[in-house]
Amino acid sequence: MYRLSAIAAAEYFSVMENIMALDTMKEGHDGSGLGVTLKDLGGEFEHLKEYPILSGICTDAGRRKIDEYMESLGFKVKFMWEPKITEGPGINVRKRGHYLATAYQYPDNYLDRPQGEKEELLTRTRLELRRQGADDDSLYVFSFWPDVITLKEVGDPLEVGLFFGFDTRPLTARVILAQGRQNTNYAIQLYACHPFFLQGYCTMTNGENTAFVPNRDYLSGRGFAGYTGYNSDSEVFCHILHYVHHRLTYPLPYYKDVITPLKDNEIATRSDGGALGLLKRSLRQLCIDGPNCVIGFLPDGTVFLTQDSKKLRPGIVGGVAGKYALMSEECGLEQVLPQRQRQSDIIPMRYDLVIIPPGAQEVKVWNQLTGSITTAN
Amino acid sequence: MESAHRLDHNSELTLLEFPFIIRWREDRCSRCGRCTAVCPTRAIEPSVMAQRLVHSDGATPLPQTIRRVSQVIRQVNDIDRHCVGCGTCSLVCPNMAIMPEYNPHHKFLFHKNRGGVPYARGGRRNDPATSTLDKLKFIRISMLTDPSLDAGRHEFHIRTLMGRNLAAETLPLDVADGRLSLKPGAFIPPVREIFPIRIGGMSIGALSPPMWEGLAMGVAYLNEVEHIPVVMCSGEGGLPPRLLKSRYLKYFIPQIASGYFGWDEIIHALPEMIEEPAAIEIKYGQGAKPGDGGLLMAYKVLKLIAKIRGVPMYVDLASPPTHQTKYSIEEAVAKMIQSVSMAWGFRVPVYPKISGTKTALAVLNNLARNPYAAALTIDGEDGGTGAAYNVSLDKMGHPIASNLRDCYLELVKAGKQNELPLFAAGGVGKEANLAANAASLILLGASGVDIGKFIMQAAAECYGDERNRCNLCNLGRCPRGITTQDPRLYRRLDADRVAERVVDVFKTAETELKKIFAPMGRSTQLPIGMSDGLGVGDKAIAERLQISYVC
Repeated sequence: MYRLSAIAAAEYFSVMENIMALDTMKEGHDGSGLGVTLKDLGGEFEHLKEYPILSGICTDAGRRKIDEYMESLGFKVKFMWEPKITEGPGINVRKRGHYLATAYQYPDNYLDRPQGEKEELLTRTRLELRRQGADDDSLYVFSFWPDVITLKEVGDPLEVGLFFGFDTRPLTARVILAQGRQNTNYAIQLYACHPFFLQGYCTMTNGENTAFVPNRDYLSGRGFAGYTGYNSDSEVFCHILHYVHHRLTYPLPYYKDVITPLKDNEIATRSDGGALGLLKRSLRQLCIDGPNCVIGFLPDGTVFLTQDSKKLRPGIVGGVAGKYALMSEECGLEQVLPQRQRQSDIIPMRYDLVIIPPGAQEVKVWNQLTGSITTAN
Repeated sequence: MESAHRLDHNSELTLLEFPFIIRWREDRCSRCGRCTAVCPTRAIEPSVMAQRLVHSDGATPLPQTIRRVSQVIRQVNDIDRHCVGCGTCSLVCPNMAIMPEYNPHHKFLFHKNRGGVPYARGGRRNDPATSTLDKLKFIRISMLTDPSLDAGRHEFHIRTLMGRNLAAETLPLDVADGRLSLKPGAFIPPVREIFPIRIGGMSIGALSPPMWEGLAMGVAYLNEVEHIPVVMCSGEGGLPPRLLKSRYLKYFIPQIASGYFGWDEIIHALPEMIEEPAAIEIKYGQGAKPGDGGLLMAYKVLKLIAKIRGVPMYVDLASPPTHQTKYSIEEAVAKMIQSVSMAWGFRVPVYPKISGTKTALAVLNNLARNPYAAALTIDGEDGGTGAAYNVSLDKMGHPIASNLRDCYLELVKAGKQNELPLFAAGGVGKEANLAANAASLILLGASGVDIGKFIMQAAAECYGDERNRCNLCNLGRCPRGITTQDPRLYRRLDADRVAERVVDVFKTAETELKKIFAPMGRSTQLPIGMSDGLGVGDKAIAERLQISYVC
């Protein structure tokens, strides 16, 4: 089973904190992979926030493809980062080639374009690069977005962390999502590794998505090029979030209402029941049946956690003002924040959506049944 | 030279030409005459036979020959009085002396056209081979990858939507202060939440009073007591006047078809309706007899039927093959849907039903563009009927599985699979696997299914099968009392018992659907289009339906 480790903090912290939590939760995953998505970056990226960062893996041939294509579009390299790869005894990770996080400056003709057009350019560019690498595995692109880096590799999460040299030269950020397993239900495929990212939205999930095909077919018909990929049945969770929050412009709690709709008699008790009833009907294909725990973030840095309607995959949230962790296991939380008040830990129930607003100063729980929000101590 | 055929019976058929041969045991028969009295086709009759017996009385054998005339039961060799194999004779026989036996070598269709009249019958396509639906298996079982759901412990919601769902992008919603609210005055099409298995259109004239009443009572009970929202279509021919004005109308779907029978009564009852019907079905075609309209033979048109339909008694009621007042698909579909919707103030879903056809996509695309079209029902070639020519039943129509799948995938391509629900009919439960067939069609993309023949077989012990057993529905001589207006026949049927069996059937189906969906990990929404759950051991079918080939 997948293990999930997310941390949101007011200050920059090392990605190794997430990885150590995954290592603590190791009993529950098979050590087959690591995926991390970092947002609100620190360190060398702290002053490059407006520049889109291309994250991926490539061979020498792939690198040439990237350089040629980016140059043809008019992107200019602003800053290049590569991890300091450490290989040796005890690190069973096979190096694929170059691990990239390259910050670009927008093409000159895009500098003054509206945000929507810039976003469209970034998505289109990422998809085209992905297409160019699909045939020969010469390149993988996980994200191309400002202030976001995504890394994925096969192997034990701790060993992958050491392989990337994070113990001595870590990446830092204010929000980091990490997941400790490759998708081993099927053939190992890097694009199937969580977290999944699309235009500022990111999610990772544990559990099998039994409603994957109806979810995927619905998203594919929305006429948006970014709803593609689907090497993992969990990628749809990210795209549903993007669809509900970005394209339909509904507030975050309605994401919960879409993926785990209330029963009709429960909807009748909500003050927004009229709208909710319509939502349930019109987005029927986006309902999930679990078992799933979903952890994700929004473009503004809000981090959230929610579960399927039967709570078949539990999660836990805890922390102190300025730093909260959202984990699939309590021991992972203990690893990251031993100083917290344990009695204040939040063990979300099936109706709950735990929200950590940007800045991580507080944690809120939105209850789907009542439609109300409470702020935990 | 004059033919000698009259002398040696050469112009007559042997019993081996007949589809069913009566096995009669003289030693058991008490000559009570019940079998000949109940036979719906008069295929057997009392007769006499000269017999020579060897007889011996006394302590020592002293054989004597006796010649006597004895009474026997004889099967007639008149093709128009052929034994249909119903077996009613065996049912009334007190001594198990008589039973029809299927004759696989028969030549029935070579001869059943006397007077130049093609063979007509009721029932469904005579093909006893395993249907495509029954070849499908559910192969995606959650176990170690994740725990499956518990059909007995977890909550399940086996319901579907009948009605037009607005595209999410067009929902009339406002966002303010983190909340969604409905825009005032926006048109929201009517949508009903129903059980995904409906009782398809069977008219009150085609069915006998106790059969129709039994179905209706069962449906009402399922809704009111069991809280399983099963709905039932009236078929062409209207509804009983009292039902139109009752609170139970909400469980019924009045059907409007090309003969418009019964609609005078329905329209006149509008002001007195206290509930709205579940939906209105506009019948353009029927899977059992594509290109033919409804047909109610004169001997079924008795007083009640004549009153409901607004016609004189004892006249053939043949609906035209098409809606005669309509010219094109735009008129036939768009205008009719709109005008019928208007009659109920756009508060009732209105949808068309067509027979399975290669041209279904053209109809579908037309409906997809029509914001008032509430759904589309497609009735495949294995659909049943009360009366049709055998050639229509056996040779016309399109199998439902690929027709439905094509339509669903077309909607997926357009991103409209949630907007226009598809209902599939025709052969659902043909081999008694009702829940499995329904689930298969749902996984292929149907929002729900219709049953007709199955419910007659399960709830009223209809004899009909795919070896042409019985299938007398068109003649008004149904030996079970299901499809007749003859009180001497329909008094055999107990409406209360039919209702009980209807309840049994739907309660069973709900449990079985849970047992199918639970291991597949689906419980809160119907797994419409979850085609990764289906597999089939036939490569051609797998490829055609775009599902997994398994072996």
